[in-house]
Amino acid sequence: MIEFSQRNSRIWSRLGPSGALGVAALELAKRNASVLMLTADLCFFSGLERFKNEYPDRIYNFGIAEQNMIGAAGGLAKEGFLPFATTYASFAASRCADQVRVNMSYMKLPIKLIGLTAGLAAGILGATHMSLEDEAWMCALPNITVISPADGMEIVKCMLAVSETNEPTYIRLTGTMDASIVYREDYPYEIGKAVRLETGEDICIIAAGSMVSESLKAAKLLKEEGISCTVFNMHTIKPLDSSVIERARKEYSMIVVVEEHSVNGGLGSAVARYLAKENRHPPLLNIGIPDFFPHAGDYNYQLEQCGLTAVQIKNKIFQFGKENKIHRKYSGG
Amino acid sequence: MAQAEKIEMCRKAAGQIRKHIIEMTYAAGNLGAHLGGSLSITEILAALYIGTLNFRIEDWKWEERDRVILSKGHAALALYPALAEAGILSKEELHLFKKNGSRLTAHPSCEGVPGIEFASGSLGQGLSLGVGVSLALKRKNNLVSRVFVLLGDGECEEGSVWEAAASASHFQLNQLAAIVDVNRIQYDGFTEEIMGMKPLAQKWKEFGWHVCEVDGHSIEQLLDAFMVKEEKPLVILANTVKGKGISFMEGNWRFHNARISQEQYQQAMEEWKGVE
Repeated sequence: MIEFSQRNSRIWSRLGPSGALGVAALELAKRNASVLMLTADLCFFSGLERFKNEYPDRIYNFGIAEQNMIGAAGGLAKEGFLPFATTYASFAASRCADQVRVNMSYMKLPIKLIGLTAGLAAGILGATHMSLEDEAWMCALPNITVISPADGMEIVKCMLAVSETNEPTYIRLTGTMDASIVYREDYPYEIGKAVRLETGEDICIIAAGSMVSESLKAAKLLKEEGISCTVFNMHTIKPLDSSVIERARKEYSMIVVVEEHSVNGGLGSAVARYLAKENRHPPLLNIGIPDFFPHAGDYNYQLEQCGLTAVQIKNKIFQFGKENKIHRKYSGG
Repeated sequence: MAQAEKIEMCRKAAGQIRKHIIEMTYAAGNLGAHLGGSLSITEILAALYIGTLNFRIEDWKWEERDRVILSKGHAALALYPALAEAGILSKEELHLFKKNGSRLTAHPSCEGVPGIEFASGSLGQGLSLGVGVSLALKRKNNLVSRVFVLLGDGECEEGSVWEAAASASHFQLNQLAAIVDVNRIQYDGFTEEIMGMKPLAQKWKEFGWHVCEVDGHSIEQLLDAFMVKEEKPLVILANTVKGKGISFMEGNWRFHNARISQEQYQQAMEEWKGVE
């Protein structure tokens, strides 16, 4: 039985998303006989080497052929198996977009598709490997659950949770090795239910994936300036936990969405869509990857280019609050 | 059933399917339908549904059934009548083809038509589904069911077909059979002029498949080919005539997706008058 302990939390964070994925896959294999792992020449990169050694007959490598992998996953799913398919997020979303659309979205075949290095984590490899718009594409398709876990522990939690459902699901894994830890101990995880991680009075920050930890850091910096923030981990992008947005609309003077994804079509757009139909709502600040291709570079270089470090997030929030004169605490700031 | 009797039944069913195709297209009026590539596969479908497949009409989830995937989904116009001739669909329902709200859509949808395993219509995807189903059958130790995937020759221009082809031989999926309807015509004209894919047999062979070439309108040859079981996946290259059986449609690329006038309808039915 897998242990959601402080020690494991540290290990999974150090291993990064692929390491946590590998741990979860091993646990799933024990729990559910119908679970299979599929990959497109990324067995090692997906952290599935141990899985391959322990369960060689439960993993299929389709080579560099993502379209065929999704189609075959559809066939396996139709026949009663639970295929988890891994590839780079950029390829999962756009390379085999039509297969995803027909098999997962239209036919609702319960494929669990895992997008590795979503966002900027593989940005050192260049624009082809950045995944800036995968969430927009997946959210545009009916019937697909879209999840973006906040850290290693949540990746393991989420993998176990999705194996219990028959929903076609896309899991986008952001961040790199030695990622910041959000969860140090066990917590209740439920698909579609956001988690409150920090409680404040002025601003409500709604974040997903790697940006949950950055947002927590930004909230801490804002606190030092006398501005208190609530921080939600909106790990499920679709279906959206609208109860959280409804509360944010009523209880805070400003809403901020932070995500490692294009400002077009992701969580920020979903929150904006919700708020737009309401007569009254506080100003909304969407922080994400601007509408451009960042220049290749390491992860921190990428985050800085896109304005997604904790300090930059804090500054953006501070500036936006000032411009909108939304709180007395900004006066003179 | 004696072989001669079986051949005769398939031959009759093919004739009926052809007549249904004309009726359904005429009933679709100005919407038209994918006539050419449906008329080219009537013998293939008759030989499959009447002469080859194992299935239970009353139990569509029967594990040991043979699976059929119509990768060239635009030939749903031929698939529905084949299902009707096999007793799986009612013939009355065929009148609803392409009507608003009907489950008999222009391309097979996933709205629970008995006998249809998957939706299709976006070309180049069916063989991958067949690969997945064949892997699943092996995992379940179901070594009796077979998986037939019907593709068009124009469809073989899609790269994903060859991804699937490579993986089928890699995984040694000998329960999988691809049938390619080689009618040599696609939407814009003759396949060889649009995108030459010759030699097709050689390509499949090099991808590790056992290749059978047959006359796609010969029930005898088709039935024999469907029985072939090798260690490799099987591909049957069925040489056919687009628009087969209606004189003015045969080999005419303008009938790929077309409507038919009252005169054309009458002429077509006249050509099949008296055929049981």
